Parts: sequence; structure tokens; C-alpha cells
Amino acid sequence: MPLTWYLVVSALIFAIGAGGVLVRRNPLVILLCIELMLNAANLALVGFSRVHGNMDGQMFALIVMVVAACEVAVGLGLIVALFRRRLPIDVDELRELQG
Amino acid sequence: MAEVLFFIAAIGAVAGAVGTVSLRNPFYAVLALVCHLLALAALFLLLRAEFVAAAQVVVYAGAVMVLYVFVVAYVGGSDEPLTASTGASLRFASILFALALFVELTIALIGTSLAALDSDGAPYEAGFGTPAEVGELFLTRFLVAFEIASLLLLIAAVGAVILARRRSGLPEAGEISVADVMRRPEVTPGESVPGTMIEAASPPRR
Repeated sequence: MPLTWYLVVSALIFAIGAGGVLVRRNPLVILLCIELMLNAANLALVGFSRVHGNMDGQMFALIVMVVAACEVAVGLGLIVALFRRRLPIDVDELRELQG
Repeated sequence: MAEVLFFIAAIGAVAGAVGTVSLRNPFYAVLALVCHLLALAALFLLLRAEFVAAAQVVVYAGAVMVLYVFVVAYVGGSDEPLTASTGASLRFASILFALALFVELTIALIGTSLAALDSDGAPYEAGFGTPAEVGELFLTRFLVAFEIASLLLLIAAVGAVILARRRSGLPEAGEISVADVMRRPEVTPGESVPGTMIEAASPPRR
């Protein structure tokens, strides 16, 4: 398969993720949509790595996965802290940024 | 054969992404993301990135998604109305923005005159993408990135524990403990008997 197909799929997944971040209001689902965008970037990186015959893109994708795992841990910790304080789990209600 | 596999995996990945964005219940959204990640791992295998595909399945679809499922179960996957209270016009603008982003990326992609985009890529060498190659690169060329990644994971783990812990000191009136969740009638039906395990694990009520 030519690389163009992989890149089009990657762009489509990235656009879906970006739309999800804008449309959804539940912070859990927003985190999931950020995961979608990171995975789309990973697909493009691995595709270019294959075309160049060079492993650097794959290493970059693995580092992206590490950073995504860190982001998930901190984001879910924030959501649990919100829930403990009985704040609404809704980004529209949380716009004041006061504890 | 590769074309058929590619289209199956690509349709699975895109369908999983659409499900993640559009399903109302967060629990189903997480399950759709698991499907998306598995299909993406198949795409990685087609690109001969064996180790990345294995790490995707084990780390992402395994560990990270279990974390998500636990938090959804703890917070309570409440069905939210998809239509925002801020009005439908903003939602329409968001969808329009996403569509414009996709069209722009595709035009940029097709408009480039990179010759490699239409080829099948470099000839396959034995050992490309195997764990041995990845491990060697991580311990030689990418050693600094590897060490910084381990440090970042440590900081994130400590930060998550500090963010999500029970605050010590004065108990806040508005705070919910695990014992309160367990006392909900839908979790433990019937009268909660004092002296159970739940009572023993919770701080003294006043």
C-alpha cells in the first residue's frame, strides 16, 4: 500500500479527535479524544519510518506512548479529585478555575 | 492481501474513533477506543513495526484502558446530553472546524510532490522493527530520551497519587470517600450493618 493511504487515515483520525475535543463536555471523553489525536500522530510517524527504512520514527512513536500514559495518569487524577470535591464533571461548569 | 487487511484495519480504526467521539455513555466510549487501538495495532503490523504494535496492545489497550474503566466506574458513567447548553451553533462550528482540518490536511498531503508518498517504501531489511533493534537503539542513540522518559513516568505517577489522594488534616464537608460510594443504595442494597469491612476501612463518622 502506498504511504498516502496511511497518511489520509491518520489525518481523518486526527480530525475526528479534534472535533471530539471541541464538541464533548465530559473531561473523561475529552481525554479519550486527545488519545485519538496522539494515536493519529503515531500512525504518521510509523508510516514515515517504514518508507525511509529508518527506525527513528518508531522510537519517536514509543516516546509519544510514554508521554500519553503520563498525561492519562495526571488527567484521571484530576478527574478523581474533582469528583471527591463534588464538583460537576462537566467542562462547561468548571470554567472559573476556582478550587 | 495487504490491501484487504489495510482496508479492514483502517475501517475499524475510523469506526472506533467515531464511536469514541459520538457515544454518549463514557463507558462505551472507552470500549470503542479499545477497538480503535486494536485496529491501529494491525496497521502498525502492516507497516512492519512489530514492537510498536505489541506495545500498543499491551500498554494502551491493556493497562491504560483498564485505568480508564476504573475511573469511569468510580466517577459513575452518567449519560450526558450531547447537545451542549451553550447552544447548537457552537457545536456546528466545531464540526465544521474538524471537517476543514481534515480537508486541509488531505490537500496538503496530496499537494506535496514527495515521490516517496506513492511508493511502497524502502526495501524490507531483516530485523527492522524487532524488539532487538528497538532495544539497541534505546540504549545507544536514544539513551537520553529513554532516561528522561523514565523520569517523566516517575513524576507523573507521584503527581497522580498526590492529586487523587484523600486530603489529610481537616476533613472537608463536601468530600466523598470510597466508603460513601460503597454505602450508596445501588451498590450495597439493604441496611448497612455497622461493623462491616466497609465501616472498618472508613474514617470514623461524626
